[in-house]
Amino acid sequence: MKKIDRREFLKRGGAAAAAVSGMGLLTSCNNNKGVAESDNGPKGEMTYRTNQGSGDKVSILGYGCMRWPMIKDENGKDIVDQEAVNRLVDYAIANGVNFFDSAPVYLQGQSEKATGIALSRYPRENYFISTKLSNHRGEYTKEEGIQMYRNSLKAFQTDYLDYYLLHSIKNLDVFNKRFKNNGLIDFLVEERKAGRIRNLGFSFHGSKEGFDELLALHETYHWDFVLIQLNYLDWNHAGSRNTNASYLQAELDKRGIPSLVMEPLLGGRLANVPDHIAERLKTRNPQGSIASWAFRFAGSQPGVLSVLSGMTYMEHLQDNIKTFSPLQSLTEDEFDFLEKTADLLSSYPTVPCNDCKYCMPCPYGLDIPAILLHYNKCVNEGMITSGKEDSNYAKARRAYLISYDRAVPDLRQADRCIGCRKCIKHCPQHINIPQEIHRISEYIENLRRNK
Amino acid sequence: MLRKIRISLAVFVFISITLLFLDFTGTLHAWLGWMAKIQFLPAILALNLGVIILLTVITLLFGRVYCSVICPLGIMQDIISWIHGKTKKKNRFRFKYSPAKKWLRYLLLGAFVPVLALGANAVALLIAPYSTFGRIATNLFSPIYRLCNNGLAWIAERVDSYMFYSTEVWVGSISSLVVAAVTFVIIFILAWKNGRTWCNTICPVGTLLGVLSRFSLLAPVIDKEKCRKCGLCEKQCKASCINSTEEEIDYSRCVACMNCIDSCKEGAVKFGVRKRFFASAQNDKENQNDKGRRAFITSGALLVGAAAKAQVESKVDGGLAEVSYATKPERKLPMVPAGSVSLRNFENHCVACQLCINACPNNVLRPSSSLHNFMQPEMNYDKGYCRPECNICSQICPAGAIRPISIEEKTAIQIGIAVINLDNCVVNTNKVNCGNCARHCPAEAITMVPQDPSNENSRKIPAVNEQKCIGCGACENLCPARPFTAIHVEGIEVHKTR
Repeated sequence: MKKIDRREFLKRGGAAAAAVSGMGLLTSCNNNKGVAESDNGPKGEMTYRTNQGSGDKVSILGYGCMRWPMIKDENGKDIVDQEAVNRLVDYAIANGVNFFDSAPVYLQGQSEKATGIALSRYPRENYFISTKLSNHRGEYTKEEGIQMYRNSLKAFQTDYLDYYLLHSIKNLDVFNKRFKNNGLIDFLVEERKAGRIRNLGFSFHGSKEGFDELLALHETYHWDFVLIQLNYLDWNHAGSRNTNASYLQAELDKRGIPSLVMEPLLGGRLANVPDHIAERLKTRNPQGSIASWAFRFAGSQPGVLSVLSGMTYMEHLQDNIKTFSPLQSLTEDEFDFLEKTADLLSSYPTVPCNDCKYCMPCPYGLDIPAILLHYNKCVNEGMITSGKEDSNYAKARRAYLISYDRAVPDLRQADRCIGCRKCIKHCPQHINIPQEIHRISEYIENLRRNK
Repeated sequence: MLRKIRISLAVFVFISITLLFLDFTGTLHAWLGWMAKIQFLPAILALNLGVIILLTVITLLFGRVYCSVICPLGIMQDIISWIHGKTKKKNRFRFKYSPAKKWLRYLLLGAFVPVLALGANAVALLIAPYSTFGRIATNLFSPIYRLCNNGLAWIAERVDSYMFYSTEVWVGSISSLVVAAVTFVIIFILAWKNGRTWCNTICPVGTLLGVLSRFSLLAPVIDKEKCRKCGLCEKQCKASCINSTEEEIDYSRCVACMNCIDSCKEGAVKFGVRKRFFASAQNDKENQNDKGRRAFITSGALLVGAAAKAQVESKVDGGLAEVSYATKPERKLPMVPAGSVSLRNFENHCVACQLCINACPNNVLRPSSSLHNFMQPEMNYDKGYCRPECNICSQICPAGAIRPISIEEKTAIQIGIAVINLDNCVVNTNKVNCGNCARHCPAEAITMVPQDPSNENSRKIPAVNEQKCIGCGACENLCPARPFTAIHVEGIEVHKTR
């Protein structure tokens, strides 16, 4: 796989100039013809990018609606906390965020409606709606696919969608199965012609070859944009089953296709970093949050139209708005610095789970993300022991077992995994979930047996 | 002075032994486990000669100090009575002499011994003092203690501390809870009104020690020359055994609390050598057979009366599938922990104090609800299984029902055998690969074999090697099938060492 070195990155980004003068100068250096730098927004602070195809002036910070805050209803069922969502949306819009990305499957199917309720309190032309055709769980006919699309229009209380995505396709084969053979893609192209879909694209998780196959369809269908996973760890450390973001972005730039960015923070993994990484980032910029590094990295790519962040809490929203109002692009030094940070990070044996919950619900009741996230937390805190001879064995054992019971109830713990492998196909990070769960289960069993 | 010593010792013992019952972390047992072992009935059942001799000698020397400073149930009654005394000033002098209910005492003792010997422990142990206290502590005090702990754990979790961890609060058996509650209420009322009525009329250990204490060398003695028959000592005697008008003390009921000594303004009551057979030379003709049978039947009936007793694939992301504990299977034989040697040994020795139930960190032990081993612990694997690194119950059992074994010994003791019901197995019902039982079997007794013997590549189903299975229940606990698991452990009569 071709690695993009920092010179090329900078050539594309013109970041050195940006570091001195903000974003105004960048447009001339941008070799992705699909995206242009815009003036700042209504408040004169948030950075905006223009989609050259449609002319949309999109805030560089987009709201990912996969992680809205949840509460329990009177029956103990998880429901979206609509009041909190309204408050977050109000704050976001007041501070210049105008891009909202959802999907029918998010949050057990509740995301679109909740987002729609919050957004419909504003004039439709004030914001861009992005949502997806999520026909990847189970079998869907064309009619069911169309129904899903119409449901999205209804949920958002609108008659057009600004950005519509084929949800999570990894190669031509999957595209054919889900969209080509049943004629769904033709329907969607027609809808675009009719103006009910303003921009048509797809979201991608998969190998380089798969990406090439899908981009080859650009000539047939014309992708108005593509949603890719881009962050400083995945830039060159995406692992064998995923594709380095440097490659994905370069391919999109070549064709002038704007990109949307997902997982800029890896579901918080680039904010909850091991202590000495945190120290390293804080030493470099004591004022900036740890997360701000990840957002600046994603935003520094000029071919990026918007960086989508699933902000559950007000403080996350506020911090991100601060980072992007306006965006301070990375300098050459800073880019180098993050590359080295990524090298360090990739040496940790964490499981690359971003808590997207696509694997859930596990039919056997496990709380898969909770198990993996708890393990990652212990890795980051240096609380994984290699055996009794470790000097901190007793402490690490107690900490792991107690915090594990707190994080995951008995009937949802790793030792309940039967290895049915139903989850594997759902994981966009291509984690071999049963294998990881069994590995963690064995580690825990050894801790319990105290051996 | 003697009274103060008695109170200090009693407070220390009561707190320690209560903590022993409440502690679920396994830390206190090493320090306080001996306190359960010096209890009278467990020592008898464990044939712990050293303790039996020691207690006999102590009683022959000093009277029933056992009842005052060692028996937790006795101390608990003192505490209840003491609180009553504190409520109003006049309540300080709330006792008065009453003659012994000799027929009832000796009948109950007379019934208790053969019933215990015949192995009908469930009935006998309803009135055994240490067992009674154990059940009250386990069923009533422990949940409160655990709730408080969970409150602290809740706070600890929020400050990211591992000082406290949360534990499960659950009722192992409703009938056992009812028995404990009813006994507690009865004892509370008796103690509140009349001090040591329970100890001196119902408790078989009290009666037995009373027989010995009649001959004790030292006891409170009334100096008839100094005594002015003011009756202060009688009014403060919680055993109601001082007859101040006659200047006599019933030593079979005196628990050597020394309250009378401190109460006497004339200094007429002293703890000293007494003349033999001073007070209680009456013979016990009441202990007649017909009466005995009747009383036994009535009390037995009374006590028995008190005891009356996966999944569809989702089309959206996130959420949790419903989960539930497995339904308890019908076991032909109950299971008891490694170290019990055999079901018979266990049932004959167990005093149903439920100390082990509280101590079990894996939520395996719970009181039985069936009649023949009522309130004695038995194992179930819905909430956990008998983990290989744990031998706590064997270390703390005071009665020799679960004999001490090491962790290493435990891994080789078979306490049951897993049996498989393939109709429930998810490999068959859900058409998936599983093998969770085999993956977690610590004895490697489960092999996954092809469903279709002629086809190597067919799905694998579990098969148990009966020789290697130790009955720990890991397979049953972790089996995903609901409501009944596809594999469960059946108890065996005699435990075997592999």
